[in-house]
Amino acid sequence: MPDELARVSLRVNGSIHSLMIDPRVSLLDALRDHLSLPGTKKGCNQGACGACTVLVDGERINSCLTLAIQYEDREIQTIEGLVQNGVLHPMQDAFIRHDGFQCGYCTPGQICSAVAMLAEWKDGAPSAVTKPNAPHHLTDDELRERMSGNLCRCGAYVGIRDAIRDAVEEMSR
Amino acid sequence: MNPFEYVRANDRQSAIDAAIRPAAPARFLAGGTNLIDLMREGVEQPRLLVDITRLPMTAIEERPDGGLRIGAMVRNSHLASHPIVRGRFPLLSHAILNGASAQLRNMATTGGNLMQRTRCYYFYDTATHCNKREPGSGCDAVDGFNRIHAILGASSQCIATHPSDMCVALAALDATVNVEGPAGARAVPFADFHRLPGETPDVDTNLLRGELITSVDLPGSSASLHSAYRKVRDRASYAFALVSVAAAIRIADGRISELRLALGGVAHKPWRAAAAERALLGSVPTRDAFARAADAELEPAVPQAHNGFKIVLAKRTIVAVLSELAGLDEGAQ
Repeated sequence: MPDELARVSLRVNGSIHSLMIDPRVSLLDALRDHLSLPGTKKGCNQGACGACTVLVDGERINSCLTLAIQYEDREIQTIEGLVQNGVLHPMQDAFIRHDGFQCGYCTPGQICSAVAMLAEWKDGAPSAVTKPNAPHHLTDDELRERMSGNLCRCGAYVGIRDAIRDAVEEMSR
Repeated sequence: MNPFEYVRANDRQSAIDAAIRPAAPARFLAGGTNLIDLMREGVEQPRLLVDITRLPMTAIEERPDGGLRIGAMVRNSHLASHPIVRGRFPLLSHAILNGASAQLRNMATTGGNLMQRTRCYYFYDTATHCNKREPGSGCDAVDGFNRIHAILGASSQCIATHPSDMCVALAALDATVNVEGPAGARAVPFADFHRLPGETPDVDTNLLRGELITSVDLPGSSASLHSAYRKVRDRASYAFALVSVAAAIRIADGRISELRLALGGVAHKPWRAAAAERALLGSVPTRDAFARAADAELEPAVPQAHNGFKIVLAKRTIVAVLSELAGLDEGAQ
């Protein structure tokens, strides 16, 4: 019935959490307000900015346009889960080295998005600017198109591009 | 967001049974990229959400005629990347990849894409009048900011456009929508799936109460056509179309032997350009012929105060896309 809480089991960064929440709670709000994982940011809350990007079963999604209850038993990874044994993910490291941010608010979403973007790229997934039979090369056009779901209101795009480029090289070594 | 009951469907029949419960206006919940947003804005207020994302409708199957059956829960990103879609129906892959962002395409489903509601700002803003949101309340778009609105097939009640890119490709590809409901299963030709607004703009589609989209079929006949999708928008990526053109063509012995042309961003539904197709079938492909066909299609177009540019833009985009497909030189536009 409406107004009743539901038991929702979420698997986040390798840990299972059991919550009693209203079915209206988004995955974004569940992470931030119920699981004390505020790394994932609430920007527009309407799927237009990408600040809330998290990985589900390795794929990037906007956690604001969800109900947490829809994502029961799926493997959710947030920016907090990218650090392994206290060591930053190569993408996080590259964003720091290249100043891929100014205020930092969009950064967790940018980094999660970039990590998944590289996985899509390695899988051979096309983008809107991919030309048939063109060499599989991550050009600036490809990078901009594939990251277009993440806005940066400070306009740190040049640093973001350089960071992702550097991380690509680092991770393919 | 209003309170609602959440039900996770385990099979199609239980989903349909739940959706027709008398006391609970229900919505099927798939990717949620549009519905959750509309619920948060108070535009959609279902009392029951039937989550269909775990229904086994996730296959992309080849058909004996060389076509495809696409499960309703196949996500947009998977459909656009599928090797057979990229190889035989590049138009569909390209249209999908031109819509939304990678994150949204990972969430959005085939069936859900068909069920997208308009992005008219007056529909979204509950402080304004909108016959689609609240029948009989009026339309503030008619005398308001209507740059993004319809030029074809609109009514005095509603000038909203359909926002999908994928659906423009499906219109050109002569797709069929397979649905199941309380009265059984039926197949709906794509042209009959969405509606023009007329006197009832609150009704987007011809789906009956409780009917669930199960799959979309693409006929094999369009697989060998030469095809393209071009989208014109206010920024280079991640924006809705002002105008888009989906086209598939076959030229034999110097004449157009087959043509499918559909427009997005211009009407309440994906607009199959039948008049332009008729004008060009059997003709020699030239830029002039394409321009005359575009004029024939756009002859009934009615501009609003701020969207007259769409008539010119649609014509230019039609000519550009068809010229490119026909291998004509890129000339002045």
